[in-house]
Amino acid sequence: MTDFVSPGQPGSKAVFLPRYDHWINGKFVKPSSGKYFENVTPVTGKVFCEVARGNAADIDLALDAAHAAAPAWGKTSATERAIMLNKIADRMEANVEAIAVAETWENGKPIRESLYVDIPLAIDHFRYFAAAIRAQEGSAGELDNDTVAYHFHEPLGVVGQIIPWNFPILMAVWKLAPAIAAGNCVVLKPAEQTPVSIHFLMDLIKDLIPDGVVNIVNGFGVEAGKPLASSPRIAKIAFTGETSTGRLIMQYASENIIPVTLELGGKSPNIFFADVAAENDAFYDKALEGFTMFAVNQGEVCTCPSRGLIEAKIYDKFLGDVTARTKAIKQGHPLDLSTMMGAQASTDQLEKILSYLDIGRKEGAKVITGGERADLGGELAGGYYVMPTIFEGNNKMRIFQEEIFGPVISVTKFDGFDNAMEIANDTLYGLGAGVWTRDMNTAYRAGRAIQAGRVWTNCYHAYPAGAAFGGYKASGIGRENHKMMLDHYQQTKNLLVSYSPNKLGFF
Amino acid sequence: MEIPSRVDYTEAAAEMLRELTAINGPLMFHQSGGCCDGSSPMCYLEGEFRVGAQDVLVGEFVIKGIEKPIKVWMSAPQFEYWKHTHLTIDLVDGRGGGFSLEAPEGKRFLTRSRLFTDGEWEILESSPVSRGA
Repeated sequence: MTDFVSPGQPGSKAVFLPRYDHWINGKFVKPSSGKYFENVTPVTGKVFCEVARGNAADIDLALDAAHAAAPAWGKTSATERAIMLNKIADRMEANVEAIAVAETWENGKPIRESLYVDIPLAIDHFRYFAAAIRAQEGSAGELDNDTVAYHFHEPLGVVGQIIPWNFPILMAVWKLAPAIAAGNCVVLKPAEQTPVSIHFLMDLIKDLIPDGVVNIVNGFGVEAGKPLASSPRIAKIAFTGETSTGRLIMQYASENIIPVTLELGGKSPNIFFADVAAENDAFYDKALEGFTMFAVNQGEVCTCPSRGLIEAKIYDKFLGDVTARTKAIKQGHPLDLSTMMGAQASTDQLEKILSYLDIGRKEGAKVITGGERADLGGELAGGYYVMPTIFEGNNKMRIFQEEIFGPVISVTKFDGFDNAMEIANDTLYGLGAGVWTRDMNTAYRAGRAIQAGRVWTNCYHAYPAGAAFGGYKASGIGRENHKMMLDHYQQTKNLLVSYSPNKLGFF
Repeated sequence: MEIPSRVDYTEAAAEMLRELTAINGPLMFHQSGGCCDGSSPMCYLEGEFRVGAQDVLVGEFVIKGIEKPIKVWMSAPQFEYWKHTHLTIDLVDGRGGGFSLEAPEGKRFLTRSRLFTDGEWEILESSPVSRGA
């Protein structure tokens, strides 16, 4: 018996419908094509429900609903919107176990992460933006004695959002909370690998949200994502995914002259300076855990610390210690609380990771531990499991340059501060980084020198609301997870007012 | 001296490309990088993805039963990190991947890789690649 009963079994906290339609204008709407696709749990590799296969006509229907709702929703007070966001948070809190089980079943992540990290963060995110929108004010600039510039925030109107599969609920909430807080209506397309978690959440909170404010259209990227991203009826598009699609989305946005926010991944360095091993104390233990964070969410995190940079002086000792820590990772049924690493989210993701384990070896990288698919037997035999893997090599290898999006870290050594920065910045991406040292001067200089939007310093993989998250370089455009995100979902209206009774004298 | 190819395809990929061509018309690939579905070859309608001076033409597939060669592109900065490896576009079971055309068929294109041999590399190192503009 697992700690939480699998969906589909009697007594499970999460009960899925056999079939999910689109969620448009506050109700389920059948796909116009009449077609559905199967939704598989990566835990066992088996189908557990069907999902509407959306197309351009469905996107248009959702846009109709969003446009019908937008004028009234955009005029609600910040107070009203904040109350709604707080109610959503309270409802989620009351149902946290059910939501966590649903997300784990669909995505494969261990329940300890969905229950104690992902869903609590999503809850807090609604509360953060409830607070942020209440506290937001326009401004009045006294330009001269008779002239005042007033600045008002206005919603954009109707926005499109395309959600990734690695955190089906948290990533949706990162985008939804600021958008609706700012008074926008949303058409959201979940990833086709994890289309149902957000419906599960919506079912719990549907009575709290006015019809048409949040609309969900499922389907494949090419059939549903593209018509959404290229529609002239959206005022903005937000996307998390990879670089080719990111460029295509910018291309479509350029045709409509609308803004985009993009989060396109990374190849984050996690840097361990020699002084971390100066003592065998709690901090050293924390650093070992910090290295092992590459296994969080099976490595399916845009900021996975997938490059381990260890200073030469401590290289052998540190690598030995983190290898032992990595070997202690417990893989197992994702619904067991003691499981540390669950299933990769999909079969194609599994295949891609295996292809990188292959090219890593071919390029001459050494497997320190792992390096194989994991067969966990029993009902999990059909699931998508990979051993946590440490490669040793150099930064020019492709496993050091590409986001594998699996539980794989590529380790190399560096000699001194400058060498560490050189390796850290030798990448196309700049989303996250980690710096570990007992010397705060070193930490500060490293943090400022690394070309990445988020530098965790003596910590890793924390995502509190209030800390801006987003990329440098090819990692994207825009910042999430912070009140500045409101700006990505608002227009600035300037009223420039003259209080002078007298003419200029020009005409 | 013949220039070795930088990118090939498997028969499974060719069969899917024939199907997709029949449904959609002429095709292209752009090799992706980055998050989630990254590092996957994205298959688009020819011309759907605007290539430019920052894209490298990695190769062209001439496939029996498909009239127009299918060009395979990659962003130039990414190519700098990939150029020492030979690529093979394969097909596996799967779903999704950006706006790639095969997703609704329950399949996924996948890039497999190997290092070039010394002999291949000697020729390729001195062979220029063309760009999208």
